[in-house]
Amino acid sequence: MPDTYTSLANSPIGKLITGQLGLPRPTILERYSPGDATISGQVLLGAAPGGRLAPAAATVLAGLSANVSTALRGDLRKAAADAGLDAAVFNGEVPGDARFKALVFDATGITDSTQLRELHAFFHPVVRRTQSCSRVVVLGTAPEDTGSPREAAAQRALEGFTRSLGKEIGQGGTVQLVYVAPGAEAFLGSTLRFLLSARSAYVSGQVVRINQGAATPPVVDVHRPLEGKVALVTGASRGIGAAIASVLARDGAHVVGLDIPPLAEDLEAVTSALGGSFLTADITTDDAPQSIALHLQEAHGGVDIVVHNAGITQDRTLARMKPERWERVLDINLSSEERINDELLSSGVLNTGARIVCVSSIAGIAGNNGQTNYGTSKAGVAGMVVAMAPVLAKQQVTINAVAPGFIETQMTAAVPIAIREAGRRMNSMSQGGLPVDVAEAIAWFAAPDSGGLNGNVVRVCGQSLLGA
Amino acid sequence: MTTELRKVAVLGGNRIPFARSNSAYAAASNQDMLTAALDGLVSRFALEGERLGEVVAGAVLKHSRDFNLTRETVMSTRLDAATPAYDIQQACGTGLQAALLVANKIALGQIDCGVAGGVDTTSDAPLAVGDDLRKLLIKLNNARSTGDRLKVLAGVRPGMIVPAIPRNEEPRTGLSMGEHQARTGARWGVTRAEQDELTARSHHNLAAAYERGFQADLVTPFLGLERDQNLRPDSSVEKLAKLKPVFGGPQGTMTAGNSTPLSDGAAAVLLASEEWAQERGLPVLAHLVTGETAAVDYVGGDEGLLMAPAYAVPRMLDRLGLTLQDFDIYEIHEAFASQVLSTLKAWEDAVFCQERLGRSAPLGAIDRSRLNVNGSSLAAGHPFAATGGRIVAAAAKELYERGGGRALISICAAGGQGVVAILESNGSN
Repeated sequence: MPDTYTSLANSPIGKLITGQLGLPRPTILERYSPGDATISGQVLLGAAPGGRLAPAAATVLAGLSANVSTALRGDLRKAAADAGLDAAVFNGEVPGDARFKALVFDATGITDSTQLRELHAFFHPVVRRTQSCSRVVVLGTAPEDTGSPREAAAQRALEGFTRSLGKEIGQGGTVQLVYVAPGAEAFLGSTLRFLLSARSAYVSGQVVRINQGAATPPVVDVHRPLEGKVALVTGASRGIGAAIASVLARDGAHVVGLDIPPLAEDLEAVTSALGGSFLTADITTDDAPQSIALHLQEAHGGVDIVVHNAGITQDRTLARMKPERWERVLDINLSSEERINDELLSSGVLNTGARIVCVSSIAGIAGNNGQTNYGTSKAGVAGMVVAMAPVLAKQQVTINAVAPGFIETQMTAAVPIAIREAGRRMNSMSQGGLPVDVAEAIAWFAAPDSGGLNGNVVRVCGQSLLGA
Repeated sequence: MTTELRKVAVLGGNRIPFARSNSAYAAASNQDMLTAALDGLVSRFALEGERLGEVVAGAVLKHSRDFNLTRETVMSTRLDAATPAYDIQQACGTGLQAALLVANKIALGQIDCGVAGGVDTTSDAPLAVGDDLRKLLIKLNNARSTGDRLKVLAGVRPGMIVPAIPRNEEPRTGLSMGEHQARTGARWGVTRAEQDELTARSHHNLAAAYERGFQADLVTPFLGLERDQNLRPDSSVEKLAKLKPVFGGPQGTMTAGNSTPLSDGAAAVLLASEEWAQERGLPVLAHLVTGETAAVDYVGGDEGLLMAPAYAVPRMLDRLGLTLQDFDIYEIHEAFASQVLSTLKAWEDAVFCQERLGRSAPLGAIDRSRLNVNGSSLAAGHPFAATGGRIVAAAAKELYERGGGRALISICAAGGQGVVAILESNGSN
């Protein structure tokens, strides 16, 4: 649900007032409902000459039954035809009344900074032809995977382009950069599906890296990609955790909700409504990892998705912070996750192809006044994800994190109004995100065909100015 | 009983210069113009008093009195009145379809020679009374008593007097052909510049054809007109660029310059078996090898009104084992520059060729210098049913003069149809 100002600003009278006074009018973001098409409008697919990802992108778009347009250029038309796309033709010189819901540009053909003009050539004629809540995805080669310093520089330059365009595009549009490693083309599917859909409503200005996963990505039902999967969600009784449980269940997973015993009632209410099950435990205790592992093994024969969502804040400036506050935040937010991961791994409870998804925070990236403990823990989560990724890859397990920005929860509702409004508006969407936005990003990482995503930390922050 | 198929020779053609609507031929009827074209052909090939196998022609816009237009025309010419004739109508494909019909009978040995043609006038247009008045008049005719007649006449309302004017629009979509093509052109990203360029070239090519005398034995002056009235030898991309769009809204790319104007005219072409030609010592300009007709669903389906030739040509090529590049000249009727360009783009497009034509690769590009080498409808004008005869005769002669070769003819038509054909020539051998 949009915040009060956003609702007001979008009411008939509010539109009049905001228009007259030049006040911002945040777009009411489109969000995914079960059964929705992944993309509700035309997708323009383009590529810098010599790129390698147009065929893969066309294949993904064909799989999504998207309506696609391309320029009348041999390489693009062949890519579309080979993917079975009856793609329309778009010529920027005679655009007619063409409008696009999404723009996908393969920039991997750019191997020198002078070729960056291809970005301008593709986007300039169409950037004002996008519909509201449009999606822009630029595909590139990660600088570390390039063949020359010039190519590396040019590919790194894409980041500045996408982040700037993210701030320009407006009307709830999002802009992302996806680096796809050579050989990882087949792993593009889940990411493009997420980034082009309303599921990524509050994700913008992000850089995602796709590498070759352990196994060929399976074909999933885009409406129930998690069918048959068992998902553990910690801190599931309320807020973002409850939203995560709900989205994972919606996508087909059996959710095992976990929370502390005092919240058992809330937890049961959440999970039973989702047809899931629950488990109460204090994750800071020494035997918690074992008992969780045992439960998952006995009740479900293992676990496919682990979402480390449980977290707390105990804010004080460092000078006034007692050691207990430090310890408790670090233990719940970081150390317990490490212990649980280690136990699940060593006990063999993590199924092959399992997905671990952690919840970091913008505070761990940008830092926050009064949150040295929290910021430390959440930056640690990001560090854990990056460090564990190669270790887990050996067991065909992936680990990634989402880093929420300003999300409308009970926690942020308690923030003083001035700070709250600043947090809410200082992003490209001029509004806070919703718990479901975080949950959707987690479901993306959790998908069976997301094997190419490992060690990513993606913010769900509406492209917040903080830490950007 | 099986019949050996015979080769069908194109011996020549004759047409009257095409006039712009409501000008030189404003007072001429379809029958007048078709008679002129046929009589010119009769003179050229000394057919006076000859009984031909048949004459097949048609008109798109026709008066109800013209129900037997071609037969009536034949009886006005110097041909033997024993020459049978019939009318056909397939919109702008009429002329070429008529040639295919005559050719098929020749190939089968049913006839030895025949004339195919077409005529159209947009000046002497068949206005009809409106449906209300028409029904009322029929009722009046059927009334038996004066009282009944008066009762019927009392039903006449002023609004009924407005005539039904034939319009250049598709009955099923209510859109004019130009608006349809504007959509197709936009879909293929056809630019104003490329349309104007194609148009200027059409004018220059037709002007050059007149200059070098190429048209001398193809065209017979009529009512004071010696050349096509629409021809602008000094046409240029710059001049064309100044015209305002007429289709596709204010941002449209189609103008009165790069679309064919409404025009009046008639054309006829003489076809025969080789023996018939030989007996009369008439040189065979070319052979009409084959034809193909396609239609697309432009109403419920997802295809442009004038895109049927894009389907007909590959089907025909496959039947003969030819590629799109196996031609020395291409005659693609220029209903609109945009139509020609959309068709060429479709053939070059992997998506169209794979998804719509079910081919593994695009048909590819053609050598543009071989396209409409003597100009086409943008310069000459386009009296709907007359265009096929104009093209067949001119293409056959061009091949003959080149010493041989192969020509592809493609004509789009209303109703989402397209008629295409192939000519081959050995030159003067």
